[in-house]
Amino acid sequence: MAHFTKANSVYEWLDQRLALTKLWKVLAAEYWIPKNINFLWAMGVVLMTMFTILVISGIFLLMYYKPDTKLAFDSVNYTIMQEVWFGWLWRHMHAVAASVVFLVIYIHMFTGIYYASYKRGREMIWISGMLLFVTFSAEAFSGYMLPWGQMSYWAAQVITNLFGGIPFIGDDLVIWIRGNFYVSDPTLTRFFMLHVFLLPIIIMMLIGFHFYTLRIPHVNNQDGEEIDFDAEAEKYKAGLKRESKVIPFWPVFLSKDFFVLSVFMIFYFYLVFYHYEFAMDPINFDPANPMKTPPHIYPEWYFLWSYEVLRGFFFNVGPLSAMDMGLIAFGIANIIFFFLPWFDKDPTVAPADRRGGFFFWFWLMVIDMIVLTIWGKLPPTGINAYIGYLAAVGFLALWAALPAITGERRKLFWFVVIVTALLYIFGFMEYTKAMGNGFIITATFLIFYLLFFLSPVMVKERERGAQ
Amino acid sequence: MNKELKILAIIIILVGITYWGIEPYAHSKMHPHHEPATFKYEDLKPLPLKGDAKRGAQAIQNNGCTGCHSIKAAGIPAPMDPVSASASYGVNPPDLSNIAALIDKKFLANFIKHPVKAFKLEHKFGANRPFPMPDFFGSDQDLADIVAYLESIAKPQEPRGAFETACGRCHNLRYDKWTVIGPKPKFKNEVEKADFELKKAKYEANLKKYLGTTPPDLSMFIRSRGPEYIRDFVENPQKLLHGTAMPRVGLTEKATEEVIKHLEHVGDRKKEKREKLGPWVLAYFVILSILAYLWKEKIWKELH
Ligand code: HEC
Ligand code: HEC
Ligand code: HEM
Repeated sequence: MAHFTKANSVYEWLDQRLALTKLWKVLAAEYWIPKNINFLWAMGVVLMTMFTILVISGIFLLMYYKPDTKLAFDSVNYTIMQEVWFGWLWRHMHAVAASVVFLVIYIHMFTGIYYASYKRGREMIWISGMLLFVTFSAEAFSGYMLPWGQMSYWAAQVITNLFGGIPFIGDDLVIWIRGNFYVSDPTLTRFFMLHVFLLPIIIMMLIGFHFYTLRIPHVNNQDGEEIDFDAEAEKYKAGLKRESKVIPFWPVFLSKDFFVLSVFMIFYFYLVFYHYEFAMDPINFDPANPMKTPPHIYPEWYFLWSYEVLRGFFFNVGPLSAMDMGLIAFGIANIIFFFLPWFDKDPTVAPADRRGGFFFWFWLMVIDMIVLTIWGKLPPTGINAYIGYLAAVGFLALWAALPAITGERRKLFWFVVIVTALLYIFGFMEYTKAMGNGFIITATFLIFYLLFFLSPVMVKERERGAQ
Repeated sequence: MNKELKILAIIIILVGITYWGIEPYAHSKMHPHHEPATFKYEDLKPLPLKGDAKRGAQAIQNNGCTGCHSIKAAGIPAPMDPVSASASYGVNPPDLSNIAALIDKKFLANFIKHPVKAFKLEHKFGANRPFPMPDFFGSDQDLADIVAYLESIAKPQEPRGAFETACGRCHNLRYDKWTVIGPKPKFKNEVEKADFELKKAKYEANLKKYLGTTPPDLSMFIRSRGPEYIRDFVENPQKLLHGTAMPRVGLTEKATEEVIKHLEHVGDRKKEKREKLGPWVLAYFVILSILAYLWKEKIWKELH
C-alpha cells in the first residue's frame, strides 16, 4: 500500500490519493504533439466543442420536448421556441451545431486523407474516426425526426424503406425498425431513445477511444515526418524549445486551438443568429402529414452525397432493378472509407502533393463528392439524372482505381479507366434510350465490380522506401 | 502563416461552391421563378361610377347582403352563428364592417359583381356547383354606392384584425389561440370546452366539404414559407399552387403586410430578441479571438 503523510493543502491531499499532478502530465502537460502542424489540426478540438454544445443544448431541449407524434411538433415549435426562456437560442444552437459539426467532420476527414494520417500505425485512429462518423450520422438522422415536421416524417419514411432492399429479411427488418408497418408513434419514441440516450453514450465512448488510439502512433504532421517523440520531448523539457520538434498539448497546442476555436465560434454564432435556414429547413416547419407527399424529398446536406450515389443509378441492369443497383452502391459508399488504409498500397506517409497520382485522386474525390452533394439536392430530371450517374459511378471508380494508382500498376489503372468510360457511354445510351439493358451492360458492370473488389486484395503493397 | 491562409482560402471556396449549389441554386430549380406580386389586379376592370355612401347604406340592405353578412359597425348582427352559417354556405360569411380597409377597391367592386371570377375559383364553382355568394344583379350605381358605403365605415386594421377578417374564417392560428369560429375562450368547465370543440369540428367539416380540403393552420407558415411566398401567394394563389381551392381574397399591399406582420408575431415571436442578442454574442467572440491570438503569439514566440 502507498504511504500517506499529512497533507498541507487540499490539492496535496487530493494529489496523494488521485495522483493529479501525474495525471495532468500524462494527459496534457507532457502529452506531445509535433510542432510542424497547421490549423487543420485544430479541427478535432473544434469537434469536441461542438459535441459539448450539442449535449448541453440537447439537455435543455430535452426538458421540454415531448416524444409523441401528437405533441412533438408543438413542444418544439411553440413551447421551446416561444415560451421557454431562451428556448429558441438552445434550439438554434442545437440545430446549427448538428449541421456544422458535419462540415467540420468532413474537413477533419479530408485533412487525414491529404496528409496520409490513416496508415503505418494510424489505422486504428482512422477506424475509430469512421465509427464516430457513422454514429454521428445515426444521431443526426434520429434527431432530425424529433420535431416531427414534414421532412422528419418523409425522410424517415424513405430512409427506413431502404432497408427493405436487403434480400430475404428486408421487409421484416423495415417493420422491426419502425415498430409498425409505417413510420408512426412507436418509430418516433424509439428514435427518441436512440437520439438522447444510446447513441450519445456510444459517441462519448467512441470519442474516448478515438483519443486513446492517438497515444501510441501520435499525431501526424505537415511533412509526414517520423519523429522520435521521447528524444524530442527531452529536448523540450531541457529548455531547447526552439530545437525540439514537439510541443506539449497544454498550453502550447491548445493556445493555438483556442484561437482557431474562437474564430470558428464567430462563424458558428453568425449562423445561429442570422443564417440558420440551411440547418433548419423551412419545410420541416410544416407538421408531418402522412397524406401529403412533399414534391421534393431530400435528406440534410451532409447525407446528400451518399443519397445521390443511391439515386444515380437510373436504369435496370440485367436482373437488377435501378433501385437494387443504387442500393448496392449506397451500401458500399457508406462503409468504403473504413477501408481506405487497405485501398492505399503506397507505404509512404506524406502530404498528397508529394505523392504523385494520389494528389489527383484526392482532388477528384473532393470534386466528385461536391458534385454528388449538389446533384443530390437537384430534382433528378433530364440531364441531372445522367450527371448523377456520372458522379456516382465516378465515386466507385475512384475507389476501384486507388490500389492501381498507389500501387503503381499502370495497366490495371488504364483497365479501370476504360471500363469506367464504357459504363459512362452505356449510361448515356440508356439516358437517350438508344440501348436496352442487355448483356453487354451487365457484363461491364460485373467486370467493374470485380475490379473494385479484387484490386485491393490482389495489388501488393509497395516496398517501403527510405522515408 | 501564408500557407495557412492558402488552406483557409481553399476551404472557403469549396464550402462556398457547395453552399451555393445546395441552397440558392437547388432552390431556384425546385421552386420555379415567378413574377413578384404587384397588387394591381390587372385582370379586373375599374368601377365605372362614383358612389355615394349614404345611398350605399340603403342599397346594401336592399340587395340582400345583410341576409348573410353582419355589419357590426352599423349594428347589424349576424343572421346565424358561424356553425349554422357554415352548414348553409360552407364557410361563415365575414363581417363587412372593416372589409374595405383590407380589400382593394377595384377588387371589392368586381368581387361583389361576380365573386367566383374575382376569387379565381372558376375551376371549383360553376353552373352545377353554385358559389354560395350570388352574383350581383343590381345597377352599377348601386354597386358603386355599396363600395362607397363600405369604405366610409371601415376603420384601419392592426395586424391581428387584418388576419382575423381576411383569413380567419378559413385558417386556424393555434399559436395565437385563434380558431375558424373565433378566438378560443377560457373555459369554465369541461362541458364548455367539449361544446366549443364540437362546434369547431363541425365548422371544419363543413369547410372541408366546401373547399374539398382543410385549410392549414398558419401558425408556423412564416418559418415554413417565408414572408415573400405568403405575400405572392395571397395576391394570386393560383400562380403558385395551380388549381388550389384557396381564393384570391384581393388584399391591398398594405393589408397583406399587416397580415404578414401578424403571422411573424405569432410564428417567430423571438425575432426581435434574436436580432438584439446577435451582435453582442458576435462581439464577444471577436474580442475573445483577439485575446486568444495574443495569448497564442506569446506562447509560440519562444518556439521559433
Ligand atoms: C347567400 C349569402 C351571401 C350573400 C347574399 C352575400 N354574401 Fe358576401 N359572402 C358570402 C360568403 C359565404 C362569403 C365567403 C366566401 C368564401 O370565403 O369562400 C362572402 C364573402 C364576401 C366578401 C369577402 C370577399 C373577400 O375578398 O374576402 C365580401 C366583401 C362580401 N362577401 C360582400 C358582400 C356584399 C356586398 C353582398 C351584397 C351585395 C354580399 N356579400 C352578399 C355569402 C353571401
Ligand atoms: C375561403 C377560405 C380561405 C381564405 C379566406 C383564406 N385561405 Fe388560405 N387557404 C385556403 C385553402 C383551402 C388552402 C389550402 C390550399 C391547398 O392546399 O391547395 C389555403 C392555403 C393557404 C396557404 C398555404 C399555401 C401552401 O403553399 O401550401 C397559405 C400561406 C394561406 N392559405 C394564406 C392565407 C392568408 C394569409 C389568408 C388571408 C389573407 C388566407 N389564406 C385566406 C383557404 C382560404
Ligand atoms: C451528438 C450529436 C448530436 C447531433 C448531431 C444532434 C442532432 C440533432 C438534430 C439534427 C436535431 C433536429 C434539429 C431541429 O430540427 O431542431 C436534434 C434535435 C434534438 N436533440 Fe439532438 N443531436 C445531438 C445530440 C443530442 C443530445 C446529446 C441530446 C440530449 C441528451 C439531444 C437532444 C435533442 C432533442 C431533445 C431534440 C429535439 C428538439 C429539436 O428538434 O429541436 N441531442 N438533434
